Amino acid sequence: MGAAGTIRFLLDGEIHSVADGAPTTTVLDWLRERPGRTGTKEGCAEGDCGACTVVLAELAGEGVRYRAVNACIRFLPTLDGKALFTVESLRSPAGSLHPAQRAMVECHGSQCGFCTPGFVMSLFALYRSDRRPDEAAIRHALSGNLCRCTGYRPILDAARRMYEYPHDDGAAGERELRERLDAIRVAQEKRLDGAGGRYVAPTSVAELAAALAERPAATILAGGTDVGLWVTKRHAVLPDIVYVGNVCELASVTRRDGFLDIGAAVSLTDAFAALLAEYPDLYEIARRFASPPICNAGTLCGNVANGSPIGDSMPALIALGARVLLRSAAGRRELPIEDLYLDYMKKDLRPGEFVQAVRVPQARAGLLLRSYKIGKRYDQDIAAVCGAFAIGLRDGRVASARVAFGGMAATPRRAPACEQALAGAAWTAAGVAPAIAALASDFAPITDLRATREYRAQVAGNLLRRLLAETSDGGTPASVWGHAG
Amino acid sequence: MPADRPERAPRTAIRGGVGEALPHESAHLHVSGEALYTDDIPLPEGALHAAIGLSERAHARILELDLDDVRRAPGVVAVLTAADIPGENNHGPVVHDDPIFATDAVEYAGQSLFAVLATSVNAARRAARRARVEYDDLDLVPDAKTALARGAFVLPTRRLARGDAQAAIAAAPRRLSGALATGGQEHFYLEGQVAAALPGEDRTMQVWCSTQHPSEVQRLVAHCLGWTAKDVVVQCRRMGGGFGGKETQPALLACIAALGAVKTGRAVKLRLDRDDDFLVTGKRHPFELSYEVGFDDDGLIRGIRLTLASNCGRSVDLSDAVNGRALFHADNCYFLPAIEIVSHRCKTHQPSHTAFRGFGGPQGMMLIECVVDDIARTLGLDPLDVRRRNFYGVDERNLTPYGMTVEDNVIGRIVDGLVASADHAGRRQAAARFNAENSLLKRGLALTPVKFGISFTATHLNQAGALLHVYTDGSILLNHGGTEMGQGLHTKVAQVVAEELQVDIGRIRCTATDTSKVPNTSATAASASSDLNGKAAQAAARTLRERLAAFAAAKHGVPADAVQFRAGRVRAGEAADVSFEELVQDAYHARVPLSATGYYATPKIGYDPKTLTGRPFFYFCYGAAMSEVIVDTLTGESRLLRVDILHDVGASLNPAIDMGQLEGGFLQGVGWLTSEELRWDERGRLLTHAPSTYKIPAVSDWPTEFNVRLASWSRNREDTIYRSKAIGEPPLMLAMSVFHAIRDAIAAAAGGGVPRLDAPATPERILFAIDELRARNGRPAA
Repeated sequence: MGAAGTIRFLLDGEIHSVADGAPTTTVLDWLRERPGRTGTKEGCAEGDCGACTVVLAELAGEGVRYRAVNACIRFLPTLDGKALFTVESLRSPAGSLHPAQRAMVECHGSQCGFCTPGFVMSLFALYRSDRRPDEAAIRHALSGNLCRCTGYRPILDAARRMYEYPHDDGAAGERELRERLDAIRVAQEKRLDGAGGRYVAPTSVAELAAALAERPAATILAGGTDVGLWVTKRHAVLPDIVYVGNVCELASVTRRDGFLDIGAAVSLTDAFAALLAEYPDLYEIARRFASPPICNAGTLCGNVANGSPIGDSMPALIALGARVLLRSAAGRRELPIEDLYLDYMKKDLRPGEFVQAVRVPQARAGLLLRSYKIGKRYDQDIAAVCGAFAIGLRDGRVASARVAFGGMAATPRRAPACEQALAGAAWTAAGVAPAIAALASDFAPITDLRATREYRAQVAGNLLRRLLAETSDGGTPASVWGHAG
Repeated sequence: MPADRPERAPRTAIRGGVGEALPHESAHLHVSGEALYTDDIPLPEGALHAAIGLSERAHARILELDLDDVRRAPGVVAVLTAADIPGENNHGPVVHDDPIFATDAVEYAGQSLFAVLATSVNAARRAARRARVEYDDLDLVPDAKTALARGAFVLPTRRLARGDAQAAIAAAPRRLSGALATGGQEHFYLEGQVAAALPGEDRTMQVWCSTQHPSEVQRLVAHCLGWTAKDVVVQCRRMGGGFGGKETQPALLACIAALGAVKTGRAVKLRLDRDDDFLVTGKRHPFELSYEVGFDDDGLIRGIRLTLASNCGRSVDLSDAVNGRALFHADNCYFLPAIEIVSHRCKTHQPSHTAFRGFGGPQGMMLIECVVDDIARTLGLDPLDVRRRNFYGVDERNLTPYGMTVEDNVIGRIVDGLVASADHAGRRQAAARFNAENSLLKRGLALTPVKFGISFTATHLNQAGALLHVYTDGSILLNHGGTEMGQGLHTKVAQVVAEELQVDIGRIRCTATDTSKVPNTSATAASASSDLNGKAAQAAARTLRERLAAFAAAKHGVPADAVQFRAGRVRAGEAADVSFEELVQDAYHARVPLSATGYYATPKIGYDPKTLTGRPFFYFCYGAAMSEVIVDTLTGESRLLRVDILHDVGASLNPAIDMGQLEGGFLQGVGWLTSEELRWDERGRLLTHAPSTYKIPAVSDWPTEFNVRLASWSRNREDTIYRSKAIGEPPLMLAMSVFHAIRDAIAAAAGGGVPRLDAPATPERILFAIDELRARNGRPAA
């Protein structure tokens, strides 16, 4: 039995320890270079193509939860206490293919085969977590995997076909897996401190605050869906990392004082599930935010704390009046989320301070709520414009309005002139026209690789038109994706 | 035409014969992660990793290249520059104008300056960024339009004329002119470019490379080393996608790896990361297209002038052939009685644009499809009617502008079938109803045809070889000159051999493509690889079969034609009935050679590159697609709702593989025409160089309703391998139906008229096209 302070994970039943090497070694590089498991592929090294998809299993209540993640931007020490499954893990002990693999063969789901291991792992995660996925769930499960050969039809067929074979629920192995996961359960703060850099993974908020007080310049790591790219794309050396993912207190969504508190270690997958339960109208942004492998790794607080002008969660959170709970060794404070953002990638975060939770007000009756994301592609894209609206109506007039946009300024921002023009306005085309015009004084968007300033300006106003259309006269269909209104 | 396939042997008990929908030969390896790609091949201890130092400027003189910091970086073992090249500093395939390392000047951002060899991939990549380069910026030519204005060309302008187009246009009752730009396209093979080199004894080199063209890699590696082809062996078991992007581009990597291997005496691997792959390698040629057309009141074209100006990037690469194919496809399915085509090959400061599925054909066809669509919208006719009216005839009106008679025209039958099965008329009405009832969302519908010529236009490339060994246990090793990039070539060729020798396909192993087995091969390209290598393998198999038959005939005293191979057994008349392996063993003991080569050269073809006339193609492939889209008039977002396709592959060698090519090619074309947008900044640097910014189709882009069929009645009228037809490229152009469906929706949103829309039809372009057409129609914007 290894020391309790060792970073350990399971791969095909075997415990691997992480003792040396840079903490920023990716799971992908480790797999390909150490055990020589070359089935997992690098397609982009930024979590956008899915060729590197692997599955992580961890204890969840009485069972085991299986989730697909991108190995290319996942740092090895963050596997602590988890079980890693790769495409090589799936054959039965007798050597036969897993239903996901067999279905891919029989449905002609592979051509060049390079994306295939990633698809197989996404299918495997789906297989283990959903016994009867509908078409939408299947497409969502595969939305983080790019295939350049097939046109996806045979892979969609395989996703249905795999359920037609005798079910392989892995129950036989699962009890053993639970025991092994239990044996490597993370019970205390872990540290790596070698030539490759320092890595601290606290297990309590107090430890986390202390770690950051000690090293205020450390990189705070949660899901790594952005930090991972600093390493794989910019070749940045991160000498000092503090990982929040093992802090149990931060891994839950709780209700307090009329708010939903979403902790810093809550994945986007779980955060959106909680948000959707409260606000079903956020379906579009939840679906289009990112692929399951990204949402399984990334956190809502990470998206908020990162503070990119094109972070797609913030417009909705701002429109809802969400707040951020900030924490440091010196104490805690709370801000309206929009006040966190000072300027391009500049936040009101003091040294040693971190986002402990995002606090989202609980649902209120009668609120018109939408968050629209406009991009070139439905799946896994970054918005050219992301607009969110929370409108309260009384007697056909706007009683309250919060409007926020991403992609329109250096930060995610409210639209004060638009909100002011909406106040008291009739909920009609003529009534909202001044609010649309007012957006010109709220924003001076820029031209970049995703869109021109003219497009952004026009679409921002048109999204308000879309909201009006969807919510008046019984609702006019206004989205090509059919789930609006 | 009969539905059966008379040329094919009657169905037998063998598994894996021709026409069977077998899975890909590597499918079981793909799904288990066991398939080895170039980067997965273990190299000996001490192997080095290379990274390329790239130019940050698009056009500049190099004043100083200071690599001291690179040399000093951790893990660095050696640095390579032009001075380290013993042979020729070139990786250009046709014209020797592509330096491996730039010396005096750079002509695109991303051009290779030097390479660094280090003990790990990351060490090499980090070190490559530490170069200090001083540049003196020169005049930038960012696009074809600027190049045209400045007279910057990589090759002379070509002109093809038949009749007096100008006079025919002038005499026509109606005239119209227009223009269209099509964007480039990144191949986005999931496996990036990669090559590894292992030095051998006595000045030899083993190269593993993800390449569609091992023979060319062999030649260019040999020449940069100052060696000859016999000294270099290039092997490729499979690629993780190619799409034309691994036809000429991999040579740069293989040359650098080999130069490094010679310099250090160690194995060297070079794998580009995704961003570098985008920056370094060429893409589909962007085109500026324009036309002037004369037609009558029914939309029948009388005369036409077409101008095709391509952005070739910095060097020639394959641009002559790409532009030639664009020119040969500017007719698509339409008879153009009087025509003039002008083809400009513009030089810009971008990577040298290169082969990409369709190879210029799609761009040429996009222009003529816009012409017929514009004519229809101008006349207020259904675009389908105008398309049909201008189709080539079967026995008349069947001469192409380049003087080849279209002898195998089935586009009428294809389109008739699709119009019926997809209910064109009913769906048009339904779309019109929807549009009348919906103010913000508009539907659009279009049916577009495809005719695509098969053969390399460079006639000499239309040859192939195969090598077949039969071992004494009856197992068979097959090798041919084609490469496997996912298209299922090895599966199809093995099916041909199984069919010819009447053995189960499980007996046959198709091995890695290897320049030491079949020499002087052509690129796996032009959709022709099953045609060429299938025939070559067939020839080898027939040689062996004939030898075995002659042996059996002599042994059993029957005429050779009384010896029959059927379902794993061989019968010599009534005299003997033995298993295939028994016969093979007997033949071995009787000293019958059990190894054979096969060779094939495509018949009938030949054209004069000086006049651009003759018969460049052995035959044509046909297909048609009808797509229906929905467009959001507030944001310009569009969605493909349904597609119906009917496509002609002749008598399919493997319908499952052909279906995969058909659907995949279609969706790749949809990406080219909708979501895949390359954006360059004002200094000529590519901004979209990763999947986060460059959006190829994802799973939700496949429509929820689709009816994709192969034309089961078709067989090739030419003597191709089992009367099949090529499949690789033609389906890509079926995506034009999506582009035209979007145009249809734009017209519906604006109240009619001719939309002005460039490709790709991004949400932004669609939104602004609606506004622009509304403005022309005198309607206010939304």
